[in-house]
Order: sequence, then structure tokens, then C-alpha cells
Amino acid sequence: MEIVLNPLLNGFVYGMLLFMLASGLTLIFSMMGVLNFAHAGIYMIGAYVAFDMSRLIGFWAALIVAPLVCAAIGAGIEVWGLRRTHHNGHIAELLFTFGLFFIIERGVQMVWGMLPVPYRVPALLDFPLFRLYGVDFPAYRAFMLLIAGGMLLAIRLLLTRTRVGLIIQASLTHPQMVSSLGHNVPRVFTLVFAGGCYLAGLAGVIGGNYQVTEPAMAASLGPIVFVVVVFGGLGSLSGCFVSSIVIGMVQTFAVSIDGSLADLLGPIVAWIGTDNLAGEILSIPVSRVGPLLPYAMMVGILMFRPRGLMGTRDT
Amino acid sequence: MADHANILAVRDLHAYYGKSHILQGVALDVNEGEIVSLLGRNGVGRSTTCKAIMGLVEAHGDVTFRGRSVTGMRTDLISRAGIGYVPEDRQVFPTLTVRQNLELGLRRSGIFGRWNFDDVFRLFPNLQQRQNNPAGVLSGGEQQMLTICRTLMGDPDLILIDEPTEGLAPRMVEQVGVLLAEIAKRGIAILLVEQKLTIALKISHRLYVMGHGRIVFEGTPADLDADTSVQREWLEV
Repeated sequence: MEIVLNPLLNGFVYGMLLFMLASGLTLIFSMMGVLNFAHAGIYMIGAYVAFDMSRLIGFWAALIVAPLVCAAIGAGIEVWGLRRTHHNGHIAELLFTFGLFFIIERGVQMVWGMLPVPYRVPALLDFPLFRLYGVDFPAYRAFMLLIAGGMLLAIRLLLTRTRVGLIIQASLTHPQMVSSLGHNVPRVFTLVFAGGCYLAGLAGVIGGNYQVTEPAMAASLGPIVFVVVVFGGLGSLSGCFVSSIVIGMVQTFAVSIDGSLADLLGPIVAWIGTDNLAGEILSIPVSRVGPLLPYAMMVGILMFRPRGLMGTRDT
Repeated sequence: MADHANILAVRDLHAYYGKSHILQGVALDVNEGEIVSLLGRNGVGRSTTCKAIMGLVEAHGDVTFRGRSVTGMRTDLISRAGIGYVPEDRQVFPTLTVRQNLELGLRRSGIFGRWNFDDVFRLFPNLQQRQNNPAGVLSGGEQQMLTICRTLMGDPDLILIDEPTEGLAPRMVEQVGVLLAEIAKRGIAILLVEQKLTIALKISHRLYVMGHGRIVFEGTPADLDADTSVQREWLEV
């Protein structure tokens, strides 16, 4: 039981963090067709800004302000950058956000240096909430779940219960029709882009001290977020949620499993032998394959189910 | 109807898709409260004319609505100026409910003009029964009614309707005709794009026929009915 329950909880926390990043990205991607490479960069800015602010004005104020800073940066990127490149097609937009990612990453490294910064969990939440099979479950993780869950609920209510949410939903699939009905679709785009960046920033604030706030944090998380978006399917927040949790679990479980396929298929491997290629591949421990599993899932889903788990159209 | 004031004037309208010259100087007029049909075969530029008026495709020329140029304006502002648009492919928002679709037709929540939910539901009881169902599950005919009604909720003074009878059963075509008559009765001008003569001859005050990106005929239903050579050359009979 203990080898299942602890990774399960941690995988869920990690999955919720992924969801906060991926939900913004999937909204932007489905609505504007822009695969925003800079998204993980915003996550990074969120973490570093929160680190600085938490020393100046405290963690709780940073929790409010840092995501707003990220939203403002996002709105700026959309209005002054993406709108100009939009006319030149999706490739131009993609390259634009690609360049932006490196500007953000190098910029952060120039300002805060090449070493990890000591961004820590606030003292108020720095205690074990409960013990499970001899392992402490930190209160901060419960707090992360609370924030992420609250966000999930807020997005759902916003999208399904408010007029602007309905306009956003309609613009996901029929932007021209929505503007023909008299709604300012470019402004909706800016709103969604800023909202997505707000979520990424918030993920940075609460994820930066859960993981490590360091110069490569964006580069290491960014690709996983793409996997989540593609795996979950375009235009589907539910798909994005399921996929975040699945990828979170897969990554967490993979590193905690020592065994290999060979252990599972004992007799067959004994028959093949371990001195040839097939035998060697089968006896690689799962924990070592773990990091490539999400990417294998993405490649697989692109080949066999291009619309993802619950997507409304092909990637 | 000729004594009514002009509401839409299109002059020398040109549009391109890549290198092909889709609209080659289209000129047409719609007067207040008038039903005008724009006929022609597939691919002659009727839909592009509507999209160009709405600012959905890049076009050159002059589009004047109520004496004010709307050329080059943003689509939502053209719409708010009072031009409604119903595209040919019935773009209902499939995941939203019937009622939510209608809701998005309103310029502002809770502000009604000549049309409200009751009007729509009285005309189409089916839509009332299914008002809380996702619009994506409606039949083709119901989706067509919904798109037209959704645009009407914005209380336009002129409505461009692109091929509303396309692919509909004869009974539904008749219903479209009833709805168009009701729209005209409330003083809303209609520019109706059609491929066939079916309802156009019956309900229009004037008709235009398009061929190869130009207007090739203009006249009353009686004129067109008598002119078999135009029908043979430019329309599918």
C-alpha cells in the first residue's frame, strides 16, 4: 500500500501543478492556434518575482501580486507582439514565442544569476500535515492542492456561467461568427492570453518553492506541458485536466518503480537471454525510462489518435 | 419600395483569394425594409461579397451603411453599426445550449430590441423545447433557424443571409420563407444569397444575379422570370 499511496498523492499534486500551466496553454492554443513556447517562461517569471516579493512584502502578498505581474506581461506580449506577427501566419507566431522564451530565460538568468535562489515555503505552512506509512505529507502540498482546485473551479464557473465565458467558449471554435455578432474578439484573445499567463504565474508562485526556483526550471517543465496539452486534446479543458493528472502520475510512479519489464515477463526474458538487444531493452529499470515516457505517450497519441484524449479537433 | 432611403450601398468592390480575383467591382444597393436577393452559381463570389461587407475578408472599394463608410472597419463594429450576418455554414456554437447561443446574439445582456426570446420561441416551438440542449444536437433545419434568430437578437437593421435553404427539406425551406417574411414585416432589410430561384422569386422586391465576380443582372422578380437567357446562362435551372 505504501508504495502506491505516497506516489499517488505526490503525483496528484504534481499533476495539479501541470494543470495550472497547461490549462492556460490549451486555452491559448485552441483559441488562437498559437503554441505558446514562452508559456513556461512566464511560469519561471512567476517563481522569481514571487521569490523577490516574498522577501520584500511577504509570501501572501506575493501570491496575489506576482500572478498579476505575469498577466500584465502576457497582455503586453499579445497586444504588442502576437497581433503584429499574427498576419504572417502560425509559423511566424510560433517562432516569435520561441524567441521570446529564450529572451525570458536569459533575462531571468541575467537578473537573478545562474544559481538556484532560496525561495522557500512560508513558515506558516512549513509543517507536516499528516504521516502516511512513515512519510510526512507537508501542509504546503495540501495548500497547493487547495489553490489549484480553487483555480479549476473558478475557471469552470467563469467559462460556463458568465457571459464573457460563453464568448470565450464560442471564440474557441468560431471566432469569425463571434465577431459577426458584435463581440470584440481581439480583446477576448488578449483577455485569454493574460488569463493563461496569470495561471502560469500562479503556478510559478506556488510551484517555485515546492520544486526549486532555478535557471533551468522553464526549460525542464516546458516540454512536459506541451505533452499534457497534446495528450489531453485541443479545445478541451476536461481533457487537459485528465491528461495533467495522468502525466503527473506517470512521472511520479515511474521514478518509484525499481523493477523492469524483464521482471514482469520473467520466463520470456530468460528464454531470450539478456545478452542481446531485446533482452537488454526489457531489463532497463522503469525508473530510468520514466523521463521519456510522457514523450513516448505524446508521439503515440499523435500517430494513433491525433485529437488527443478528449479533443474537439486534430492537432 | 423604391421610394425608401438607401441603407446599404456597395460600389466597386474588389477582393482576392491569393492570385484569383474573386470580386471584380461589385456594386449593389439595398433600401430600408427591402428584400433583395443575390443569386448565381457556386463560386461566383456571392458569399465573398457578404464576407467583404462584414469585413471578414480583405477587400477594396466602398461599402456605405446608412450613409457612413464601413470599409476597412473591424467586423464587430460593422455588426454593431447594425448589419447582421448569417453565414452559409450555419455556425452554431455546438457546445453551448440553444438559449446560450441566442444569448450571445444580444449586444448586451438583457437589452432587447425588436426581438426577444419569446418571439423566437413563438416562431419556433422546437427551439423552446430544446433551449437547454447543446445546439450541436439540433437538426440541420433547426440549426439554420437558430443561426438566423441568434443574429436577429442583436436587432440589426439589415441582415445578410447566406444560402439559408441549402440542404433543407421542402418543409423547412417553407419555414425559412415564413421567417424571412416575419423579418421584413418588422422593417428589417434583407440581402438574401441563394443559388436557386426557389424562394427568391416569391419574396424578393429586387434581385441581382452574379457571374464571374460581377453583377450581370439587376431587376424585379417579373423581369428575371421573363428573361430566360439570363436564367440559362447564369443560373442553375
